[in-house]
Amino acid sequence: MTNNFVLEAITREFPDSVLSHATPYDFLTLEIKKADLKKVIHHLRDSSLQINFLTDICGIHYPDTPEKELGVIYHLHNMRTNFRIRLKVFMPKDNAEVDSMTDLYAGANWMERETFDFYGIKFKGHPDLRVILNMEDIGYHPMLKEYRLEDGTRMDKDDKMFGR
Amino acid sequence: MSDNKPVIKMDAQAPDGFEGEGFFATQLSSVIGMARKFSLWPLPFATSCCGIEFMATLNPTFDASRFGMEKNSFSPRQADMLMVCGTISKKLGPILKQVYTQMAEPKWVIAVGACASSGGIFDSYSVLQGIDKIIPVDVYVPGCPPRPEQIIEGVMQVQALCESESIRRRDMPEYQQLLASYDIN
Repeated sequence: MTNNFVLEAITREFPDSVLSHATPYDFLTLEIKKADLKKVIHHLRDSSLQINFLTDICGIHYPDTPEKELGVIYHLHNMRTNFRIRLKVFMPKDNAEVDSMTDLYAGANWMERETFDFYGIKFKGHPDLRVILNMEDIGYHPMLKEYRLEDGTRMDKDDKMFGR
Repeated sequence: MSDNKPVIKMDAQAPDGFEGEGFFATQLSSVIGMARKFSLWPLPFATSCCGIEFMATLNPTFDASRFGMEKNSFSPRQADMLMVCGTISKKLGPILKQVYTQMAEPKWVIAVGACASSGGIFDSYSVLQGIDKIIPVDVYVPGCPPRPEQIIEGVMQVQALCESESIRRRDMPEYQQLLASYDIN
C-alpha cells in the first residue's frame, strides 16, 4: 500500500469529502469535510484497505484561522501492511461538535473524553462525555490557546531560580 | 584503609533539670520533647524527582535511620512526620489532605523541594502552587531537587521544633485557628 494508492482509493470513493491532502514526512494527511468524517473512517475500516486500528484522537486549536479554529486529528493504522494515515477535520469554535467514533472503535471513548476535557470539543453520540484527566470541577478547557502560560501577577517566584 | 573506627557517643545533652545522687528531676515536656525528637516516624509522600532524593536520604550513605526514623510508614497510622517530596497536582491535592487529616497528633509536615513548596516551575492549570494551599507546613526544604543533606537539615529543623515546642501546642487556640483556616477538623 502506497500513499498514492490509498489517496486515489479514498478520492474515488468520496470525491467531495477530501478538502486537501499532503504528505509531510511521507505521512499521508487528509483534511476531510466534517460531515463525512465518520463515513470515511468507517470505509477505511471495513473496505479492502483494512485500515482498522485507531491509534490516536487529539484536538488542536489555531486561534488565528477564522472558522477553522478547532480541529480533531485522527491517526489510523493498517496493522497488516503497517500503513498509517492521518485525517483532520476543522470547525468553528462556537459550539464545536463532531461525530463520536465510539461505535466504530471502543478505544475512541477515552481519547474523545480527553479531547473534550482539554479543548471543549463535543462528540455527538459519545456515551459518557465527562472530564477525564483534570479535576471534575475545573470548568474550563486548559489547552485552548486563550490563557496566559503563567500568572503574570505572581511576585513570589523568581525566574532566575527556575532557569528561565 | 580508611580510619573509620566506630565512635559511640554517650554524651547527648540531657534536658535542664535538678540532679542529685540517684535522682534527676526535670519537666515532663522536656522528656517528652526529647523522646519525640528521636523517634520521628516519616510518611514519605513521594511523587517525583524529590522522592528519588528522599530515597537517597534513606540509603546507607546518608542513613536517615541515625535520626531514630528507622522505618518509613506508608500509611498515616502512627506516622508523625509527613514528607511531601515532589509535584502535587490539583487532582492529587484532596488525597494529600486526606492523608494529613488521617495522621494522629502530634504531626509535622516537611515540604521537600520547589514543587511541594511553591509549585516549582509548573505555573500551570494542573499543578497545586504549594502544599500550604491545603495543609499547614512546618518546614520548607529548598532545592530542585534538594540534596539529601538538605532533606536531613529539614528533618533536623523538625527535631528542633518538636524538642522545644509545648507538648500542648496542638491545643492552643492559634493552632486550632490555623487548622480551621485549612478547613480541617
